[in-house]
Amino acid sequence: MMPPPVPPSSMSSGPPSITFIGTIWRWLLGFTVVARVRGLAMGTVSWGRAMVTAVPFLWLALFFGLPFLVVLKISFSEAVIAQPPYTPLLTWADDGIMVLRVNFQNYLLLVQDSLYWMAYLNSVRLAAMATAICLLLGYPMAYAIAKAKASFRVPLLMLIILPFWTSFLIRVYAWIGILKNNGLLNNLLIWLGVIDQPLPFMHTDFSVLVGIVYSYLPFMVLPLFATLSRMDESLLEAAADLGCRPGKAFLSITLPLSMSGVVAGSMLVFIPAVGEFVIPDLLGGPNTLMIGKVLWTEFFSNKDWPVASAVAVATLLLLVVPLVWFQKAQEESTKKVEELV
Amino acid sequence: MPVAQGARALQKLETWQDPKARPIVQIENVTKAFGSHYAVDDVSLEIFQGEFFSLLGASGCGKTTLLRMLAGLEAPDSGRIIIDGADMTHVPPYRRPVNMMFQSYALFPHMSVEQNIAFGLKQEGATQAQIRERVAEMLHLVRLEPYAKRRPHQLSGGQRQRVALARSLAKHPRLLLLDEPLGALDKKLREHTQFELVNIQEQLGTTFIMVTHDQEEAMTMSTRIAVMDEGRILQTGSPATIYEYPATRYVADFIGSVNLFDGRVTGEADGVLLIHCDEVGSTMAIAHGEPLPVGTPVSVALRPEKMMVTDVKPESEFNVLRGVVSEIAYLGDVSIYYVALPNKTLVHVQLTNLARNTNAPMTWEQDVWLTWEPENGVVLQS
Repeated sequence: MMPPPVPPSSMSSGPPSITFIGTIWRWLLGFTVVARVRGLAMGTVSWGRAMVTAVPFLWLALFFGLPFLVVLKISFSEAVIAQPPYTPLLTWADDGIMVLRVNFQNYLLLVQDSLYWMAYLNSVRLAAMATAICLLLGYPMAYAIAKAKASFRVPLLMLIILPFWTSFLIRVYAWIGILKNNGLLNNLLIWLGVIDQPLPFMHTDFSVLVGIVYSYLPFMVLPLFATLSRMDESLLEAAADLGCRPGKAFLSITLPLSMSGVVAGSMLVFIPAVGEFVIPDLLGGPNTLMIGKVLWTEFFSNKDWPVASAVAVATLLLLVVPLVWFQKAQEESTKKVEELV
Repeated sequence: MPVAQGARALQKLETWQDPKARPIVQIENVTKAFGSHYAVDDVSLEIFQGEFFSLLGASGCGKTTLLRMLAGLEAPDSGRIIIDGADMTHVPPYRRPVNMMFQSYALFPHMSVEQNIAFGLKQEGATQAQIRERVAEMLHLVRLEPYAKRRPHQLSGGQRQRVALARSLAKHPRLLLLDEPLGALDKKLREHTQFELVNIQEQLGTTFIMVTHDQEEAMTMSTRIAVMDEGRILQTGSPATIYEYPATRYVADFIGSVNLFDGRVTGEADGVLLIHCDEVGSTMAIAHGEPLPVGTPVSVALRPEKMMVTDVKPESEFNVLRGVVSEIAYLGDVSIYYVALPNKTLVHVQLTNLARNTNAPMTWEQDVWLTWEPENGVVLQS
């Protein structure tokens, strides 16, 4: 079923999954429309306010809800060599009978063919590892920025945000130059005398991890910084006053109070990393199975739109679970802040 | 004025006057500067076991910085801090036998009332049973038993204040530091809590050092007060001493209200100084302990409640000021008369409204005379 890996593509620009995930999240929030309408009926929500909020909801319905329904529809059809390359769900038979043909074969394939399972699991594994590394790197960074003098904070934050001003694709390509056999890292290690032969960094899970961690680190640092900089300094003073040493105070006060930032940052890294396509495509090797890459291959190399659509729908479901959790955590943390105020 | 004070003064031995008493806190020439600004400037102070000591002053006078240095949250630039005989100048806060109640309370938002109170006990490695017992004791002390499982954000301001107090007392500190403990409460609750805090302090016998900008609060609660301004201590003494015998114009003006007149010493007889005030054209006779040379520039401080207003010219040669009633403020229990002297100086005089519905003895624009006894004035040299 699976064709050989596709060559690096120059089609996409920027991590497609980030905006994609953001859209899903807002779409999930769109379910509050129901509550809104009920509020209007009961007269608790003003029409003026409803009109304003209706605009983004309409936008999402048009540019996310509708396309998603199209993808969902295609995932239940069969692949044919035609234009478009899939069969319609509804056909008119003779005698005015409408025939609905729903094909579950694509989803069955996802379950039966271990390739897809492996790709899913590998995506989750790499994304989880990348998230953990981002957390370990990002927490001290965010902590240092939050504790820095006020005049230093803005320049330090700028350093975190600055890479976004360069194209994502160029930054990932740059890592090829660093990690390849004849690249900067290997040359440096040989020059230092650490190794004799270049180490194969490129086209491995390692290089994919490096790429994901590098690309998504700011998404970990920023929410952590937001949480840590809002923390009340007098809580640590109170802890010290009550006999708590600084190290323990960090574990019992700072860390638990920054959990909302940890969750937010982890979700912002993990969710797009699961669906990542560009980084494994450019930095990964033939053995790097990730669901984003499988999806791409099904669509563009295999031309099997129905299976690709099924993969897309399944990926979405895989992501919805953490998303709902994320939203819940977010709600709880804002509720906590509101109550504190 | 202070209701609780009389009772306290009777009950308590005035430890700071006992020559054998050893102070629990010794602050020796402590200085702390932030940049070029001296927050605390060469302060020395001794505080004794069982005292309720107040550091009183306007915001920015250095009182909080001094308190934070006692807690170990700031380090002095020079000088020594000795607590219970041990030099604590450079000991970190987590090793001091001192606890602090923060102005913002600084309750841990992710812990329940119980866990907040237990926090300090856990740090010193108390057993579960000990912690449980002590937490129950503290909850009882501050009457918060029903709220043990609540989080700080589920409590009212007054309840949070009591949690903060219980948490800071849980470890049996030798010394409790209170940073504006009543600052965040509304007026009614504040008055009630003042007495509660004093009662708890007397019950436990712990030494309390409180920072406040509210002179009435300091007067009501303290055994002694140190009045601070610009990083220095201007006067230390019991509330009555500070009120009746202020040492400087700033102290006289800061504690209660006062009328101040500038003049020069012109003579002295029987411990009474004669002071002529050019601006109001009057000679005042004020009782003063030590004689001062003729010509010394001084100020005379007169409390509003220590003067009398009459509509008949008094016989006396001294201590008479003539004026016109310019404003009357009726406050219910008392009325305050603002009397304009010929040079436009406004003097305020407080009269108690003893009987109901009596026609006020004086009315607007009426010519009146102000008089007072020599013992009721204070001579100030700075």
